[in-house]
Amino acid sequence: MHLELLSLTDFRSYSEVEIQLVPGGCAFVGPNGQGKTNLVEAIGYVATLGSHRAAGDAPLVRLGAERATVRAGLVRDDRKALVELEIVPGKSNRARINRADVPRAREVLGLLRTVLFAPEDLAIVKGDPSERRRFLDELLTVQSPRMVAVRSEYDRVLKQRNALLKTAGATVRSGKGDLRTLEIWDSHLASSGADLLAARLRLVAELGPLVEKAYDEVSAGGGAATMNYKCSLGPEAALVPDRDLLSAQLLEAISAARSQELDRGVSLVGPHRDDLVLQLGPLPTRGYASHGESWSYALALRLASYNLLRESGDTGMDPVLILDDVFAELDAERRQRLARLVGTAEQVLITAAVPADVPEELAGARYDVMAGEVRRVV
Amino acid sequence: MYEGIVQDLIDELGRLPGVGPKSAQRIAFHLLSAEPAEVRKLVHAISEVKEKIRFCEVCANVTEDALCRICRDPRRDPSVICVVEEAKDVVAVERTREFRGRYHVLGGAISPIEGIGPDDLRVRELMTRLSDGAVTEIILATDPNLEGEATATYLARLIKPLGLKVTRPASGLPVGGDLEYADEVTLGRAFEGRRLLDV
Ligand SMILES: Nc1ncnc2c1ncn2[C@@H]1O[C@H](COP(=O)(O)OP(=O)(O)OP(=O)(O)O)[C@@H](O)[C@H]1O
Ligand SMILES: [Mg+2]
Ligand SMILES: [Zn+2]
Repeated sequence: MHLELLSLTDFRSYSEVEIQLVPGGCAFVGPNGQGKTNLVEAIGYVATLGSHRAAGDAPLVRLGAERATVRAGLVRDDRKALVELEIVPGKSNRARINRADVPRAREVLGLLRTVLFAPEDLAIVKGDPSERRRFLDELLTVQSPRMVAVRSEYDRVLKQRNALLKTAGATVRSGKGDLRTLEIWDSHLASSGADLLAARLRLVAELGPLVEKAYDEVSAGGGAATMNYKCSLGPEAALVPDRDLLSAQLLEAISAARSQELDRGVSLVGPHRDDLVLQLGPLPTRGYASHGESWSYALALRLASYNLLRESGDTGMDPVLILDDVFAELDAERRQRLARLVGTAEQVLITAAVPADVPEELAGARYDVMAGEVRRVV
Repeated sequence: MYEGIVQDLIDELGRLPGVGPKSAQRIAFHLLSAEPAEVRKLVHAISEVKEKIRFCEVCANVTEDALCRICRDPRRDPSVICVVEEAKDVVAVERTREFRGRYHVLGGAISPIEGIGPDDLRVRELMTRLSDGAVTEIILATDPNLEGEATATYLARLIKPLGLKVTRPASGLPVGGDLEYADEVTLGRAFEGRRLLDV
């Protein structure tokens, strides 16, 4: 699929902008701070209802404005769709599809698929386990919008259970508490946790080989990039992506952790405690990999995601690939190599500070971005 | 900000559920320009419910007497009890005309985040009602969301030793929703196709 139109009102630094886009390469070029990332951020928002770099919606609304509007024209095969989102911080978003209101903004999920690589992605490799869980879970929701509900159910169960654990310890020690309500939340945690865990295990199995291949290509033979899912069920647990089995395993592990959980007042078992361990050769990347290696790894994770979505998606559903500030980090040879790798994508959106950073192969349409204005120049 | 008592009125209205600051202001100015007799009727209605409405001694439904209309009605089947979270859910189930038994209003659902546990709900009263042997089936019609499910599971486990038939309205209700907002056809169907709870 590809985008043919992006139009913003009061989004980030833009008061009003409308851009016609074309299939193939589209490069946004301009000096630092002119609003290139803001554009691709808006596109990512239409796909995920979230920003890749801001936690809440408030920073997305132009300073002094009340609401931001993002309109995106999508083309899949020969069919077109217009998605409009109104972002009002502190309130739920309003959405329209083809000019008709939809009851919940969530319904736009799944219409536009994107894979976005940005400098912030270095945190997936270098940051806390939560960054890698988020990477997996966000990819899961792109694959299947149903996962949004699975994730929010799990988060809710976890909050309820942690709230209970905080008080349950004292009640149980004083002898008057009963564990019956805790057991109810145990079973909810196990069953919704199993849903999430099964989906992650399936994803990691599919993604692993693609990451290894992508890293090899990006780094020109820089070593074997492998990944392992580290689960709170322990290193011995047989991790079969079957939700009934996993649910039983989780329930067992939860009851084994009972006294420890009551002492500490938090849930110690479940997919919220897991990690995706990334390795280069025999060493974990976290704490060992160089800056360049970490950067290539992060890029490989996104390229593998792109390839996975492309392989597993319906025809016409190839994601839009977005590369924010990628090429400046690469030497000439790697730049060429990456350009060839992504050259077959239906649409690639690139940002760069200077025209020379845009590889020849991807020089389709070029837009100059300057002080909140976007102008097509080539 | 408006002066003194006008702002007081806006503030009070704004505290009502579903009324934002804009609507509060609109309602306040509507009242200011309305006929005094109209406003007195509203004030009267509000103080009447506060004075006269109480909760049924048996099921905690709203009533003007000691017992609610349903608990007083001899034609209602005393062997089936439908457990709901709030009195407004009684209205929702009644609208379906599918249910001819009696009710039990819990007064909420289990939610540790809000500090609500079984002891804060009318669970003990329910167990007392079940102890005399007249009841044979319990329908757990708590909301189809996480807290409602948790409450239903809790009650089902508690009631299981009594050997009663415990059922839950069939799925098909919008997940994550409130019973009160389910339309009567959907809710009626859910009652007809209720399933045994196995815990
Ligand atoms: N809510 C907002 N209201 C007004 N301006 C904003 C808002 N959010 C961000 N900006 C401005 O947008 C600019 C950043 O834009 P953006 O991140 O798109 O830059 P860029 O072109 O990608 O730069 P670089 O090449 O450095 O990555 C900053 O000058 C910032 O002050
Ligand atoms: Mg940028
Ligand atoms: Zn009653």
